This record gives sequence, structure tokens and C-alpha cells, in this order.
Amino acid sequence: MVRRESGSSTFSRAGMLAAAALLACAIIFAEGQASSHALDTPPRLLSETGLYADAGALVVDPRNLPFSPQYPLWSDSAAKSRWIRLPSGGVIDGSDADAWTFPIGTRFWKEFSFEGHRVETRYMELQANGKWLYASYEWSPDGRDATLAPDRGRRDAFALGHGRFHGIPGTADCKVCHQGGPAEVLGFSTLQLSPAVDAAALHGASGAAGIKLDYLIANGLIKGYERWPSLAPVIEARSKAERLVLGYLHGNCGQCHNSRASLANLGMFLREELLLLPGSVVETIVGKPVKKSAPGQSADATYRIDPGHPERSALLQRLSSRYPALQMPPLGTVLVDDEAVAVVTKWIAELKVKEGQ
Amino acid sequence: MKHYVFGLALLLPLVGTVAAQEAANPDLVKRGEYLVNAMGCHDCHTPLKMGPNGPEPDMSRGLSGHPQEIKITAPAVVSDPWIGASSATNTAHSGPWGVSFTANLTSDPETGVLRDYTEAQFLQMMRTGRKQGQGRAILPPMPWPPFGKLNDDDLKAIFAYLKQVPPIKNKVPDPIPPKQ
Ligand code: HEC
Ligand code: HEC
Ligand code: HEC
Repeated sequence: MVRRESGSSTFSRAGMLAAAALLACAIIFAEGQASSHALDTPPRLLSETGLYADAGALVVDPRNLPFSPQYPLWSDSAAKSRWIRLPSGGVIDGSDADAWTFPIGTRFWKEFSFEGHRVETRYMELQANGKWLYASYEWSPDGRDATLAPDRGRRDAFALGHGRFHGIPGTADCKVCHQGGPAEVLGFSTLQLSPAVDAAALHGASGAAGIKLDYLIANGLIKGYERWPSLAPVIEARSKAERLVLGYLHGNCGQCHNSRASLANLGMFLREELLLLPGSVVETIVGKPVKKSAPGQSADATYRIDPGHPERSALLQRLSSRYPALQMPPLGTVLVDDEAVAVVTKWIAELKVKEGQ
Repeated sequence: MKHYVFGLALLLPLVGTVAAQEAANPDLVKRGEYLVNAMGCHDCHTPLKMGPNGPEPDMSRGLSGHPQEIKITAPAVVSDPWIGASSATNTAHSGPWGVSFTANLTSDPETGVLRDYTEAQFLQMMRTGRKQGQGRAILPPMPWPPFGKLNDDDLKAIFAYLKQVPPIKNKVPDPIPPKQ
């Protein structure tokens, strides 16, 4: 019974996708402007993607809805703004609470700024063939417009000091993160848009801003929510401190470390899923031996999390490193997230030794 | 009922190993062997030794990567216009990336790098140039960009062949970072 359920949900998802594809083609036709460019070829200028109503004045089109995931990705302290645009009449299918499906033509933007300068704006669009298109636009120094970045990205897009640079990922690297789990959209989800915002979340200053689940429901923009266990989901944890650690791991690590995709064989699941039992993330790390020691990891770090011993917990060593062979996440960042290191260290130090062993 | 995601998770790794064992498909393995020989995997992953006609691959160590007993502790020092150097075995390579050591591609359950890989991850590694498809960047001179242009069937054949190459125990050292 258990397995049949997962099978049937995959089936219905495939069916739904096909139906959505047909429907959306019709919508795009009607709307006319959403995808005037050829498949797999992003427009050359950001202003041609539909982000702005007035490109000269950089006024965002009011139909593009702003949102902020409550557990954002750390990108070397970049400030980020995000928007979604659903095709007119398009409805999100949320019946899989942990992996929504979007109508064809859906567009997402995520703008990165450092020290008040826009550096890049990342773009995703669900094309008529059912595949997400990935692109990034790099801003001109005068901040007037942004042009399509090279397919291989740009390693030195912004100088962070000490010889380090924020780099624009190549499109292959977009997919390394975005195609690592059951859903390609990572920050627009049941947990990330919960109206019960975790006030303690790291770098979540803007987490309260923008639309939440209640907006989507009230405006008929999502269906299938009757199936969710909660309309204001909260990570179940034994303390506030643990919740914020789990939220951080979800937002920064869960896109690769989850049970539903390629890296499942590592047996380390950092993605919070509404259908998982409380505590199941903790179960795969606390007191769990490391599967494979990485270059630069200390010899005594034999557990992912060694309760009471942050200094010999492999997960913390990898979070605290920017040596490429050791660092986690393996891409998208060149500076250690000191705040995250501090809260994870404290959490491990306070774990009781008997736990998980 | 809440368990189903977990149930699936436990199944996935199993599916991986079953697929690997089934790779006894002789045609697939044969094609894999052909591709591995023709595409030069031995050039770097089988150590060279001195023979009567000059250096030749030491097939007694076929595909087992940089020999663990050959210790290297620092990148080579070279002068302009050179940027790199290779060891006599052609299994250690020094350059702006530091020193990389070719991996043990045999089926050794302890020291073979493919013990960590599912077939899907192997394909993805060749396409993205990242460990297990999603991890750290694979260092030069591993020529993944051209290999990544092979189609899925060819890469699956290579994987099937490598998974049954006789195990050779050889613990390849970690890469050495470049001098700061
Ligand atoms: C290191 C992993 C990683 C890489 C590399 C990456 N992303 Fe993301 N991206 C994320 C995560 C995690 C989120 C959600 C959290 C957030 O926005 O803070 C996200 C969010 C987004 C969003 C908003 C929609 C969504 O999924 O929530 C867009 C658009 C986006 N990314 C585009 C891109 C593009 C284009 C690239 C490549 C140029 C890229 N990303 C590279 C991890 C990554
Ligand atoms: C020009 C030399 C060279 C050739 C030819 C070569 N490799 Fe490699 N390979 C390397 C080096 C060096 C590494 C180690 C890279 C590192 O540590 O990042 C490596 C690593 C690997 C890895 C391990 C990735 C990991 O997770 O650590 C695999 C698998 C691999 N090669 C397969 C192959 C196959 C299959 C072929 C032939 C189709 C091949 N290689 C041909 C140099 C080569
Ligand atoms: C882009 C994908 C990706 C992201 C994001 C990512 N990882 Fe990883 N991680 C990997 C891969 C691939 C491996 C296996 C290869 C290796 O060990 O380097 C791995 C291995 C690990 C391991 C070793 C597990 C073991 O038992 O061997 C730990 C611990 C880890 N990651 C922690 C993290 C943490 C913490 C984060 C978030 C801060 C994170 N990872 C984000 C891809 C990722």
C-alpha cells in the first residue's frame, strides 16, 4: 500500500504534466508574449524577459509577484530579490506537497546585489517542451541593463576582497543544484513560503516579505493544497535552535542531499519534506558514520555529526571549509557563512552524547 | 503511510547495486571494454613502467590509478613557458590546480572510486565534470568534456565494463592544493 501510493503519485504527476503542457501551449498562444524566443535560447537582454514594466526606469512589472524563501541560500552575503510570474490563468499544482508542478510559461527571477550594486539576475522559464530554461544576466557597470552571461558563466563577476570573487555559475552548474531533487524550483515551495515564518532563520531578514501560501490560495493560483498536512507548515524540531539549523540545511544542502534523487545512495537527507516523519533529517546525520572522508577532513571526523563534539563532526568541517575538495556546498560560494558555522557548532555542542548512538 | 518517502529512499540504493550486478550483460561489457581501450583511459589510469621498448602500461595494475607507494608531497616547480609536469607513471599531474592523481577505476570494494557511484552519477560526472555528478570539480587533465559527448548507451557500457574490471587494492592519495 505504501509503495503503490508513491507510484501512483508519480504517474499522476506525469499525466498532469502532459495535460498542463497542452493547456499551457494554448495559454502562451493567447498571451502571445511569454515565449517569443526560440526553445532553449534565452533572450539576449534581461529587459526582454518581461521582468520590467519600464525597463528604462527598472520598474518591475506588477504582475511579477515578489517572494522570499524563509530559509534562503547563502551566496557570500549577496542581497537577493525574487519574483515569479505565472502565465495568465495558470495554476500551480501543489498536490505533491514536497514537489510542486508549475504551468508552462512560468518565469522566475532572482537578482543578486553586492554592496548595493546589482551584479547578476538569474532567470528560469518553464518552456513549452516541459523543460526549465536556465540563464543568468550580468549587469552593466552603469546598472542600466543586463545582458545574457556566457554559457560557462563568469568567474570574476564581483570582487569580494582578498582575491575572492562572486562568480556567475554556468548553466550546467545551475542544473547541478536545481536538478538534484524531486523539484527544480527550490525556493518557492510549501515550507519556504509558509506564513508561519521562522523569525530566527539565518539571513532571513526578508523572509517575511512577499507573497506566502495564503496569497496563492486566496487568489486561486494553486490547487491540491487540501492534501497538505498544514497550510502553515513549521519544521518539527526539539528546540528553536535545532529548527533553524534544519531550516538552514534544507535551504542550502537539501537540493542535493535528499532521498528522492541522484545522491540518495549517500543516505544523508537534509531536505525537509512534509511527508517525512519529524526527526528523519536528524536521524541521517547525528551519530551516523561518514560514508567517505573527503580530502582535508580530519582523521577523527568519523561521524557526520558527533554529538557534543563539533570539532570532529564531518558535516561542520565541510560547512566551515572553502577548500574546493572539502567545502559544502561544493559550488556557488567562496566565503564561509560564519553565522551558520556558529549556530551549527552550538547545536552540535549541546547535543547529548547518548543521542543517536 | 507517512513512511513512503523513506521506503523509496531505501529502495534507491538497492536499485543501484542490482543494476550494477546485472551489468554482466556481455555485449554491454564488451562494448565498454572497446571504448575504454580506444578512448585512452589506460593512458592515465594504468601506471606506465619501463619496458624493453620504452615506457609501457603496467597491465598487472590495469586501471588502478596512481600507485599508492609513489609519494608526492608538493606540486612541481617549472619555469616559463611550462605550466605543468607529469610523473613517470603518467598518473600524477601537476599544474595550476595543484597535483591530481588518477583514480582507481577497478572494482575494488575498498579503494575503487566507483564503489561510491551509481550508473546515473557516472553519466552525470562525465557531463558536469563534478564528483558523483554534483560534487567538487574533477581536476585536469581528466578529459571529461569530450567523454561527456558520448551518448548514454556508450557511457553505460563503459560503466558496466569498469564495474567488473578485476579489483586491485590501491589507495590513491588525495589531490594536493596549489601553492598559495
Ligand atoms: C549552489 C546551488 C545553486 C546554484 C549553482 C544555482 N542555484 Fe538557483 N537557487 C538555489 C536555491 C537553493 C534556491 C532557493 C533559495 C533561494 O532563493 O535563496 C535557488 C533559487 C533560484 C531561483 C528562484 C526560483 C527558485 O527555484 O526558487 C532562480 C530563478 C534561480 N535559482 C536560478 C538559477 C540559475 C539560472 C542558476 C545558474 C546560473 C542557478 N540558479 C544556480 C540554488 C542554486
Ligand atoms: C589525460 C589523463 C586521463 C585520461 C585519458 C582519463 N582520465 Fe580519468 N582521471 C584523470 C585524473 C587526473 C583524475 C583525477 C581527477 C581528480 O582527482 O579530480 C581522473 C579521475 C577519474 C574518475 C574519478 C572521478 C572521481 O569521482 O574522483 C573517473 C571515474 C575517471 N577518471 C574515468 C575515466 C575514464 C572512464 C576514462 C576513459 C574514457 C578516463 N578517466 C581517462 C585523468 C585521466
Ligand atoms: C550541489 C550539490 C550539493 C550541495 C548543495 C551540498 N552537497 Fe554535500 N555532497 C555533495 C556530493 C556530490 C557529495 C559526495 C562527494 C563528496 O563527499 O564530496 C557530498 C557529500 C557531503 C558529505 C559527506 C557525507 C558522507 O557521509 O560521506 C557531507 C557531510 C555533506 N556533503 C554536507 C553538506 C552540507 C552541510 C551542505 C550544505 C551546507 C551540502 N553538503 C550541500 C553534493 C552537495
